[in-house]
Amino acid sequence: MEHTKKHPGYTTYILVWLALLVFTSITVTIAGIDLGKYTLLIAMFIAAIKSALVINIFMHIKFEEKIFKVFIFLSGMTLLIIFILTFSDFLFR
Amino acid sequence: MANTIAENYLHQSTNKYKGILSWLLTTDHKKIGLLYFVSILFFFLVGAIIGLLMRLELIAPGRTIMGPQTYNTLFTLHGVIMIFLFIVPGLPAIFGNFFLPIQIGARDVAFPRLNLLSWYVYMVGAILALVSLFLPGGPIDTGWTFYIPYSIRTNTNVSLAIFAAFVLGFSSILTGINFITTVHRLRAPGMTFFKMPLFVWATYATAWIQIIATPVIGITILLVIIERAFGVGIFDPALGGDPILYQHLFWIYSHPAVYIMILPAMGVVSEIIPTFSRRTIFGYKAIAMSSLAIAFIGYLVWAHHMFTSGMSDTARWVFSLLTFIVALPSGVKIFNWVATMYKGSIDPQPPFLWVMSFIFLFSIGGLTGLVLGSLATDIHVHDTYFVVAHFHYVMFGGTGTIFFGALHYWFPKMFGKMYNIKLSKIAVALFFIGFNMLYFPKFILGYMGMPRRYYDYLPQFEPLQKVSTVGSWILVGTIFFIVGYFIHALIKGKKATSNPWGGVTLEWHIPSPPIQENFEVIPTITHKPYDFSQLKEMKNE
Ligand code: HEM
Ligand SMILES: [Cu+2]
Repeated sequence: MEHTKKHPGYTTYILVWLALLVFTSITVTIAGIDLGKYTLLIAMFIAAIKSALVINIFMHIKFEEKIFKVFIFLSGMTLLIIFILTFSDFLFR
Repeated sequence: MANTIAENYLHQSTNKYKGILSWLLTTDHKKIGLLYFVSILFFFLVGAIIGLLMRLELIAPGRTIMGPQTYNTLFTLHGVIMIFLFIVPGLPAIFGNFFLPIQIGARDVAFPRLNLLSWYVYMVGAILALVSLFLPGGPIDTGWTFYIPYSIRTNTNVSLAIFAAFVLGFSSILTGINFITTVHRLRAPGMTFFKMPLFVWATYATAWIQIIATPVIGITILLVIIERAFGVGIFDPALGGDPILYQHLFWIYSHPAVYIMILPAMGVVSEIIPTFSRRTIFGYKAIAMSSLAIAFIGYLVWAHHMFTSGMSDTARWVFSLLTFIVALPSGVKIFNWVATMYKGSIDPQPPFLWVMSFIFLFSIGGLTGLVLGSLATDIHVHDTYFVVAHFHYVMFGGTGTIFFGALHYWFPKMFGKMYNIKLSKIAVALFFIGFNMLYFPKFILGYMGMPRRYYDYLPQFEPLQKVSTVGSWILVGTIFFIVGYFIHALIKGKKATSNPWGGVTLEWHIPSPPIQENFEVIPTITHKPYDFSQLKEMKNE
């Protein structure tokens, strides 16, 4: 397999790792504050950013062939649809 | 095409060992397929005997041969064994492993060692499940669905048993990764996606479900174990958890899993029908695409198992509606198969008879599935024997029947021996009779109100329960009869030719049994997969 683009160095990895830690502490803090309906929304939003970082940088998907991106995208969409369908229960219960 | 013993894969080793170690350390996809075959067949027979024992308990009302707690344990074990050890891995791990690489003209799967690892992971999972039976606390009694809150509160060995299911999931994922990579990277020259046999298409679609859906059950199982060990309130309402969330997570995996079970079987059907009709498959692309469509829509219908769970009304009608959509791609397949046979020159050999039996049984299973998918009727028959009948018709009548169909189709290729055709035709008939006697009364019993998972019943159910038990004797007897004539064929069977049925996909171009690397020279593919005009040139090969 050829790698056309260069891989990031250690600095990037450490920065991403720190960012993940920051996001985790935000999630924990927010869980303590009562934001009503928005708690879940914000938690999901932060989780989405975190997984984007992990998938793109740590899992190198950003630097891989297109076919991998297509596969990851389709899996992500499936997950999104599963979330939406689950909420057809939680939001209307 | 004579085949000396030295060339035959069964007598060759991929490592420096001979005898048992040459098997246990093999990286040959065919030998790994056989390792799976022996282990899966063993667990299937154990599961069948447990089924037989349950039916024996139900031959008369009241306590017959076991008490309620034993019955609870037995239906749980039966379900866990049949689902996680037999039907989910079954066709892909045995026949997918053996034939997927051959059918696309490859010498092996993309990751042969990972392939062997997946068998070991499977065995570790099976052993963990076995160990959980004998530890203090006693064997698991929750049913194969492990529903909350009971599975949190019972003192039986739930954690270890479900951890076994977790491990088995990894084996499934590894197989899936291997097959997808193999299909993308190792196709022979000229083998475009739309020249691949339909069994490959089906196994490929299955592999995607294995990869995407299995992690969900893995995580769910870990959450249950954490909740049991540390009392974290995730699912148990007494701790502030949400028990319906458990059901969602469980079925987000387990509904797609039913397509892991049935898609490869549909793939085998799409192989057998053209071969025995001497006619190219009708609607090749429609069948291939419907596999992908089923794989995808299969993700969207899981909550039809939860209509009575207390989820929202909105979710109830949404999922009921979506469920009806899955019937479409399944219908596409059935109609294309029937159209293939139309004006074909049909040769009713055993594999074809198994397929006929499949179409009949699976259609009953599928149509009663629509009864369960409709919100209103499901409320009446939910958690009754109607459901038990339905899922045995789809899983056992569908995939189980094709397990035997595939075995009768490919046995000569796998072992180079032919079994007794006459006996096997009798077996199909006996199987069909036993099967319907065993399970059809359960539809009626369920409709009359017989609940599932009970070791006892009201007197009015007795006649039909008795019919069902007698059916179980015929069915399980037939299964052992089949195993018997296959063993006989292995020892004393006549040598099989390289193409006993007149098939045209690649496995029929090579000797029976194949050589270790499948092909002396990797073939270049010029024909469509079911082009029977090849048969003439093949005779001269
Ligand atoms: C070989 C002959 C078989 C017999 C005699 C048999 C019989 C039974 C019986 C009596 C039950 C319990 C019904 C109840 O009390 O609710 C049951 C449950 C079940 N069977 Fe079978 N069965 C057989 C084969 C299979 C196969 C091949 C599969 C799957 C492919 C299967 C999957 C299941 C499942 C998932 C359950 C539900 C377990 C639970 O409630 O947790 N069975 N079977
Ligand atoms: Cu389902």
